[in-house]
Amino acid sequence: MSPVWPQIQLIINGQSTTVETPPMKRLLDVLREDLGLTGTKEGCGEGECGSCSVRMNGELVNSCLVPILQADGARIETVEGLAIDAELHPLQKAFLECGGAQCGICTPGMLMAATHLLAHNPRPSMDEIREGLAGNLCRCTGFIKIFESVIAAAAMKGTAHDAR
Amino acid sequence: MSPTPQTRIVGTPQIRKEGVDKVLGRAKYVDDLEREGMWYGATVRSTIPRGLIRQIHYDERIDWTEFVIVTAADIPGKNHIQMIAADQPCLADGMVNHCNEAIILLAHPDKHRLPDAAAAIRIDYDPLPPVLSIEESETRQQIVWGEDNIFKQFHLEKGNVDEAWAKAAHILEGEYRTGAQEHLYIENNGAIAEYSDAEGITVWGSLQCPFYVHKSLMAVFDLPAEKVRVIQVETGGAFGGKEDYPSIIASHAGLLARKADRPIKMIYDRMEDLAATTKRHPSRTCHRTAVDKDGKLLAMEIEIATDGGAYSTLSSTVLSRATLHSTGPYVCPNIRITSRAWATNTVPSGAFRGFGAPQSIFAIERHMEQIARAVGVDSAEIRRRNFLHDGDTTATEQVMVEPVILDTLLERALKESDYHARRKQFTLDNPHSPIKRGMGIAAFYHGSGFTGSGERYLNSLAGIDVTPQGKVRVLVSSTEFGQGTNTILPQIAAESLGVGYDDVIMAPSDTSVVPNSGPTVASRTSMVVGHLIERSGHQLIAMLQAEAALPDSYTARDFFAACERYRELHDKVESLCRYEAPPNIYWDDQKYRGEAYPAFAWAVYVAEVAVDTTTYSAEVKNFCTVQEVGRVLNPTLAAGQIEGGVAQGIGYALYEKVLLKNGHMFNNQMTNYIMPTAQDVPPISVIFEEIPFNHGAYGAKGIGELPHDGPAPAILNAIQDAIGENFTSIPLLPEDIFARMATHISVNITVGEPLAV
Amino acid sequence: MRGNPEAHELIAATSLAETLARLAEEPGVWTPIAGGTELMVAHAAGRLSAQKLMSLSTVPELSFVKVDAHSVSIGGGTTFGQIRRHATIASDFPLLAQAAGWIGSIANQNRATLAGNIVNGSPAADAPPALLVYDAEIELISQRGSRRIPYADFHLGYKQSVLERDELVLALHLPSRFENHVRYLRKVGTRNAMAITKVALAATALIAEGRVTEIRLAAASLADRPLRLTATEAVLFNKTLSRGIRAAARTALLNEVRPIDDIRSTTMYRSHVAANLLDEFLDALEHKQAAELIA
Repeated sequence: MSPVWPQIQLIINGQSTTVETPPMKRLLDVLREDLGLTGTKEGCGEGECGSCSVRMNGELVNSCLVPILQADGARIETVEGLAIDAELHPLQKAFLECGGAQCGICTPGMLMAATHLLAHNPRPSMDEIREGLAGNLCRCTGFIKIFESVIAAAAMKGTAHDAR
Repeated sequence: MSPTPQTRIVGTPQIRKEGVDKVLGRAKYVDDLEREGMWYGATVRSTIPRGLIRQIHYDERIDWTEFVIVTAADIPGKNHIQMIAADQPCLADGMVNHCNEAIILLAHPDKHRLPDAAAAIRIDYDPLPPVLSIEESETRQQIVWGEDNIFKQFHLEKGNVDEAWAKAAHILEGEYRTGAQEHLYIENNGAIAEYSDAEGITVWGSLQCPFYVHKSLMAVFDLPAEKVRVIQVETGGAFGGKEDYPSIIASHAGLLARKADRPIKMIYDRMEDLAATTKRHPSRTCHRTAVDKDGKLLAMEIEIATDGGAYSTLSSTVLSRATLHSTGPYVCPNIRITSRAWATNTVPSGAFRGFGAPQSIFAIERHMEQIARAVGVDSAEIRRRNFLHDGDTTATEQVMVEPVILDTLLERALKESDYHARRKQFTLDNPHSPIKRGMGIAAFYHGSGFTGSGERYLNSLAGIDVTPQGKVRVLVSSTEFGQGTNTILPQIAAESLGVGYDDVIMAPSDTSVVPNSGPTVASRTSMVVGHLIERSGHQLIAMLQAEAALPDSYTARDFFAACERYRELHDKVESLCRYEAPPNIYWDDQKYRGEAYPAFAWAVYVAEVAVDTTTYSAEVKNFCTVQEVGRVLNPTLAAGQIEGGVAQGIGYALYEKVLLKNGHMFNNQMTNYIMPTAQDVPPISVIFEEIPFNHGAYGAKGIGELPHDGPAPAILNAIQDAIGENFTSIPLLPEDIFARMATHISVNITVGEPLAV
Repeated sequence: MRGNPEAHELIAATSLAETLARLAEEPGVWTPIAGGTELMVAHAAGRLSAQKLMSLSTVPELSFVKVDAHSVSIGGGTTFGQIRRHATIASDFPLLAQAAGWIGSIANQNRATLAGNIVNGSPAADAPPALLVYDAEIELISQRGSRRIPYADFHLGYKQSVLERDELVLALHLPSRFENHVRYLRKVGTRNAMAITKVALAATALIAEGRVTEIRLAAASLADRPLRLTATEAVLFNKTLSRGIRAAARTALLNEVRPIDDIRSTTMYRSHVAANLLDEFLDALEHKQAAELIA
């Protein structure tokens, strides 16, 4: 008899959805495989690189370390939810203009960490930016243009994204 | 210095062509892709560094009928990975020569079943004594490769070294060592393969060089070129780690696909990628140098040894570049260089940004520091007295016909880093603080493109075509993996055609679509391939003027209209160009003499370092880079290359250590292989001087690898400035600094007995 | 990903009573999982031996910070993110807030729990040294009831503790009497962020009329468990900080610690850096002493 998996309720980028999966499946894998949201990446599986970062109930987490059962009922925000319709999030615009993305594999996680940072601290200092992004590894940029992107985004105002 | 010509698009910070997809999270890397009916693949690897395979046991508790199993016996063509040589097996057959060598491949529809299955295969070996270091290989007590353990050697002589010693005011000797380094691209190696007898093999992969993989697959599968198709998909970092290795994973995925008769996806996890894939060649460089009383170089005798691991891969070309960069950017009339790449029973070393130059530049730039001290001259001055200038000759007797502006770069770097003033302040402050600060300089060049006749041999073909939908397509096998290929080549095409940046797209990196413009390596993409695109653009305009009535002055609209007229006549609108060597490039491979590189990028870097004597940790506080790379095609991307390369160089110097036990990397997790985080990188200033190079695209030379050459010696020079210790080996960890400084204190106390855990 | 999600059962307990009942009924069968920052790493490495796991993240009684006149109590299920951001912890127990900020990254801090950090038993754990120098008590709870013991008595050896198979860590209680203490906490890792501790030293002390009237020293990665440096404390207690006393303290520390060579660092480095950290702390204490003598 095949096992009965629990029904897990998730609110992904504002949309309710239910998945039926083994409770120990990683949130990362549920996003990528069950929901086809491949923007969130796996770089290490150890919670070291941050490329799997998402926001869960408003908190930045490494989705490779969250068993899906613990995300039951949670509000999950991924990179796919940053842009509103055709309008890029200020951070996405800034990453484009400032060269914050090179190979792009760390970019989704980096954007989520930066979003989290700016949500709690709209005008971070350089030290605060460094700390806010310390859990996201980038091997291409040396971080410099990522810092510049966050500073530029913090200075942008008056978009639909302000409330988020 | 001729003024930089005016351009509309080249030289401007155009937005990364694939950038929107990347920031939206829409860019598809190989693990984001699926094929219908796909199964997953895994690799069973050796657990010993050297030995014979006696027997393979498949545990009965597993139902092996559920799995597809591939061994060397299943290889239809040659059991080797065709690189420069063909000594590396695709799958080990009867013998293993390094830990984590691939022996058996498994496939299953449920990827979660694979780890247990792999663990359920027990291999019995007859171990053989392994060779685990350069020194062990040099004894030749065990021959583990060829006749003498030597993958390649070079010998280069200029002038008369032996006569120079007698004339020397000072003779300095030094031995310098660099460790292995892992690329640590955030996306691990991965490939998806499909196979059918009718179509042949198709591979989608995270890779730098589609045609390298194409060539390897032809040999493994015994297929003609038209039945092998390699498609590079969005690649999450490479740095050379996806130059040669992808041929292996592509072959493996392909073999499983062929036996399973279904698509196979093979993605390494971090532990496997760290333990089993290529690393930078460790090196040992010995210098013996004669200088006169003013510190001018009279003779240099250099001996270089690299550790190539178990198979040759790219060791010969890495050794070549190490050799040709080992004398630094200096004039010296008498030079002898002996270099050897040694075989050991470790994971084969491969390409990594810099490709031998970081290793030998570390040595010469550390050595110059000792020369400065012996002569009693400061670090800047010793370099000034020895710099190459226009008209001087290098170790290979190459005359510097292009301008060499090292003096300018040095002055700029000293000014920008506030070198003299800071050093003065540190001299006052250091005695009163546990934090000791210092400044260090590194001056260096990086030869752009392939060595000597390499580009002629590659014989690259590249160009553009125009689609009926009104887009110009760039046709190259050069790939994007973050460095900006997909942006600068369209910039060049748009510039040369007189159309807009948005009018140009990249053709897919698919061997069935694009010509072979050579591999994406050796800092050649801007200079060599870009130049082919520039020429193709001009060629197309000439074709349209000749046959499609394109007027002398035209708009983009006129251009596309002319293209359609051209299409009527010729069915397609395409303009390709083949590589032409710049004039007066002569290279003697036997004597290692002549024009080693068509062009050089030049740089002076300054590191400001703080050493905390409480914790013995060294940290880079500021980093200043000044470089001359010809024309800067895109200032944002160019600065990004420098910043990223410096960060990797900082890791190389102070953080990144590959720990081996019996030839197996046991710190194969990101938690234990330490790269700098956002809280570890210093502010990095980037300054470009531009001297256009006529044979590079719009004057561009190579840029990608240059920035990894300078940081390590600059940093260790700064540490020597701060605490007076001459460290000659990297990575330099706090434990190493402590061990050295502890020898100066009498350590007379018994520490409590450590508990074995 | 080497773990097989289908090979593990995971249930979500929704109350403390339910959790304790399960632990009592089947001791040793159910492995509690809180933030998962350790167990999920093992899962991905194919090394998660626990087949039955019980999630504590939905047990509200474990996540709290209670402030009263005499102490602050922190529930075992409180995350380090919550600890860092709590105003009273930040003001009254700054060393703990500081340590919380060093655990992994912000993403890890939002999941890792105080109890998890302790029960995992790593000698390199970041919270224990601060807890030790704040004289924390640990409260363990089971269906049989609860018991409070000094946290200093909790660890027995490498990854061994007094925690019974049917028990959970309910709370850590920190007495609110350290506002005037000179305090110190420094962690030495492999880099500035996301670093496992090579050596860390925590200290709280009072100095009055030139004498050390209170001293607590605790360290990470210097033994098989978080370590209170009682022998070193004894050298300093009730003394003035003369050169001789300071040298004796350094010697006592070097004799008291039991570090090892491992993947991250060496015995000698750890010992000597620990001794240097002690010196750094004693410098701070001396400044306080000097200030006191002038006043």
